[in-house]
This record gives sequence, structure tokens and C-alpha cells, in this order.
Amino acid sequence: MIKDVEILVIGAGPAGLCAAKAAAGLGAQVLVCERDELPGGQLVKQTHKFFGSEKQHAGDRGYLIGQELVEEVTNNPNITLWTDTTVLGAYEDGIITCLHDEQHVKIRPQKTIIATGASEKFLMFPGNDLPGIYGAGAVQTLMNVAGVKPAERVVMVGAGNIGLIVSYQLLQAGVQVAAVVEAAPNIGGYLVHASKLRRAGVPIRTSYTVKEAFGKDTLEGVVIQALDEKWQPIAGTEETIECDTLCLAVGLTPLTEIAWQAGCDMAFIRELSGHVPILNDNLETTVPGIYVAGDADGIEEASAAMVEGRLAGCAAAGALGHDPEEAAKQVEAARADLDELRSGPTGGKIRAGIKKMHETKEAMNNAQ
Amino acid sequence: MRMENHPVLEFQRGDKVTFFYNGTPMEGYTSETVAAALHSAGIRQLGHSQNLNRPRGLFCAIGNCSSCFMTVDGEPNVRICVTKVREGMKVEEQHGKGVVRL
Ligand SMILES: Cc1cc2nc3c(=O)[nH]c(=O)nc-3n(C[C@H](O)[C@H](O)[C@H](O)COP(=O)(O)OP(=O)(O)OC[C@H]3O[C@@H](n4cnc5c(N)ncnc54)[C@H](O)[C@@H]3O)c2cc1C
Repeated sequence: MIKDVEILVIGAGPAGLCAAKAAAGLGAQVLVCERDELPGGQLVKQTHKFFGSEKQHAGDRGYLIGQELVEEVTNNPNITLWTDTTVLGAYEDGIITCLHDEQHVKIRPQKTIIATGASEKFLMFPGNDLPGIYGAGAVQTLMNVAGVKPAERVVMVGAGNIGLIVSYQLLQAGVQVAAVVEAAPNIGGYLVHASKLRRAGVPIRTSYTVKEAFGKDTLEGVVIQALDEKWQPIAGTEETIECDTLCLAVGLTPLTEIAWQAGCDMAFIRELSGHVPILNDNLETTVPGIYVAGDADGIEEASAAMVEGRLAGCAAAGALGHDPEEAAKQVEAARADLDELRSGPTGGKIRAGIKKMHETKEAMNNAQ
Repeated sequence: MRMENHPVLEFQRGDKVTFFYNGTPMEGYTSETVAAALHSAGIRQLGHSQNLNRPRGLFCAIGNCSSCFMTVDGEPNVRICVTKVREGMKVEEQHGKGVVRL
């Protein structure tokens, strides 16, 4: 049997939830598939007060923002939310399959919004496969979702926002943070988070990297090493730090399998942190009717993911004939909000990435 | 170890259940994943790699990476980071690729 739906949203993180809400608000019928048991995406584990503009919930704790969105979506009669449902494949004839209630279900959506988020990047060094080496998000999930003290003594790799925030949350959970190790000469994350760590006595070792990890059955320690201006290791600067856990917070990369399968044109764009689908101003891919929003089209922030979701949701609903005038207005408003979020120095990278994406699209069109 | 007092969060763990890890009875809660229950008991080594037999543990905890595959109630390649514990569940270290039951 094939299930017909107007709009299918894949992923119930901030992008997917906002897409569903926006499309349903214009009158579309929406099905949201979320592989986790809990909707909310990365928000469910964010206990810190969010950064971002006030309009986009700055100052609220991430998990509370998530709860609010989930409630709105659950109470909306136009939206069906399937949790514990992993989307498996996208086929040439427009069928999308998922595993729901232990059943292989075929869905025929008129429009699809992919909002699958991202996965954590890995680092190369000897011993990097030992138990006790995690993505920073994994430790955050264990600690903030499951309520398990995930470690006794941690070394964190990466002083971007995620590395700094998770280090602080580890301290809150009663875990020792032996050091934050950062290859760049500067701290990448916001200084408020860095100073909180410094006040707690956690050293932030910039221009350092992990040389190797060791341990018999699980991690027992790491060797760190200084880097020169050319990012080359400096012999003789090795230091051993005993720890039972190493967390990698070295960036995220978009989860794009479904877009690849659907045949969307893709490009590698460093500023967007990996292979991303080529999108137009409505966030529609080169396969008509398939949209992508949130971290899945380039790593940014929850605030931008929410607005992108709204944009894609309105564009998809409008294209299906649901209140097209109002939809167009809301699409314009979302575009303006995105421009505002991406203005200023922190938006530079994402602006450059999107520019590259459009240039790649033009180059592809010209080559045809 | 399960945390009782957290400065920001409160945890709802659900009902207490007994499950089996390599035959040993263990305590878990219905809202916990197998990975969380094993971690609270200090078990972080979940298996061994197929070719070099190196120890393997959890990496992503959200069902992306397949580092945490174990055999659950006879079914191999179960991502225990996204699988909830159930009363009487049998969780075992997996050897090799496993054979999928049809
Ligand atoms: C430690 C940390 C701190 C952060 N702090 C901030 C902050 O202060 N401010 C800020 O703006 N941002 C912050 N962020 C970033 C923010 O959380 C993310 O940018 C945002 O969650 C991205 O939203 P998303 O909806 O695109 O993806 P996600 O939140 O990752 O959601 C994607 C969802 O899709 C689901 N999914 C994936 N594949 C499938 C599939 N095949 N089938 C079904 N479902 C699937 C996933 O389970 C997930 O629920 C932080 C992130 C981290 C890790």
C-alpha cells in the first residue's frame, strides 16, 4: 500500500518542526517522520541559554525552545508526527520509504522537505577507535537526555561553541575537564563560554592537537602536541594527559543521503561544511518538489534552521496552491529574517558558502 | 552512574526493568537506551572490530555511525544507542557480521 501525503517532512529538529508548522498554518496536510523516539533534534540536549537574535529565542534554553515547538506541532490537526520512524530511501518515481512500527511503509508525497540535520566529524590519529572516544554530541546526549554521568575525566578537542558548551555542561554534571585542546591559534567559540571554563580552572590549549590516544580495552589517556604557525607538529612538545574520555567537537557535516538518493545535484562547499544540495531561493533542490532546510543544507545554527524550515514550508505549501499570496508574503519575510541573521561578521562564512553554491549552480547550467 | 541532582535538568527514567548483558542481569529503566543503561553500569566496551579485533564503543549516540552494533534478542547489528531497554531483553556482544533472521 502507498500512503499519499501532501507534504512530507523528514526530521523533527528545529528546521523540520518549523517547516511543518509553517506549511500546516497555510492549510497543507503534513506528515513528519522522525527517526528518534523524541522529536526536537539537537535541541533536546541543549541546556544552555541560546545565542542568536531576540526574535529567534536568544536567552531561552535550547531544550525548552524544542519543547514549545514540539507541542505546537503535536497539537496541530494538519500535522501527523511519526516518531521512531527512519526514512530509508528516495526513489526515481517519487516514492519515499520509511520504517514505521516495524513496517516498511511507502509514501508518495507531493512535496518533500529534507531536514535531517548533521553528523559529527571525526579526526585521524592512532588509537582514535578506542571506546571512550566520542563525538561531543554523544556525551551531551548521555548526560543531558539519559542523565548518565558519561565520564570521570575528559579531554575536549575543539574550542568552538560546541566544544566550549559541552565542556561546561560536563562540569555541571560533576565531570572533570582536564583540558580543551584547539588546533587553531584562537578560540573559535564565544568568549562568554570560554571565560566560564577558565574561571572553573579548565585550561584551553590553543595551537595544540591530539597526537595519539592509548588504552588497553578503553581509553586511558591521550598525547597532545603543539602546532607551529603552519599547523605542523613541533617535535619535543608532546604531553600525556590521563583521561577516560576524549570528546571530538571538530565540526559537523550535513546528512545528505536522501538528497543524493533522490538525484539532487550536489556540490562540495567547504564553507557549508561538506557536500550540500544545490538550492534555489525557495530552498528547492534541482529535483522539483524536494526542498532542504537546516543543517542538512549547510552547517549553521538552530536559529537559521528554524527560519529555513519556515521558508521551505511556506514555499512548498504555496506551490501546492495553499493560500499562495500569504505564502509568498511569508517566504519574503523568512528571506529577510535569514539575511538579518547572516549579516555581521559571524555570518561571513555562511554568506560565502551560499554564494559559492549559487555560482556552482550557474556553472552547471552553463555546462548543459 | 545515573545522575540524581543536576543544576538544570530533571530526569524521568520510567520503570525499572532487568535486562541481560552477556548473560548477566543488569538494571535499566524503560526510558533509557541500552547504551545509557550499560554506560551507567560503567560498561563502555561494547564489541570488537571484525578484522583486527580491536575494542569498540559508542561514538555518536544518535543512530548515525554504527559503532555500537550489538546482538539484541538474537538480532544482530542493532544500534543500541537508539534502542530502549525492555524487561528480559538479551543484549550480547556481536561477533563478526551476524546473520539476519528472516
Ligand atoms: C552542543 C551544541 C550547542 C548548540 N548551541 C546552539 C545555540 O546556542 N544557538 C543556536 O542557534 N544553535 C546551536 N546549536 C546548533 C543547533 O542545535 C543546530 O544547528 C540545529 O539543531 C539544526 O537543526 P536541524 O533541524 O537542521 O537539525 P537537527 O536538530 O539535527 O534535527 C534533525 C533531525 O532529523 C532526524 N533525522 C535524521 N535522519 C533521519 C531519517 N533518515 N529519517 C527520519 N529522521 C531523521 C534526526 O533524528 C533529528 O531529529 C548547537 C548545537 C550543539 C550540538
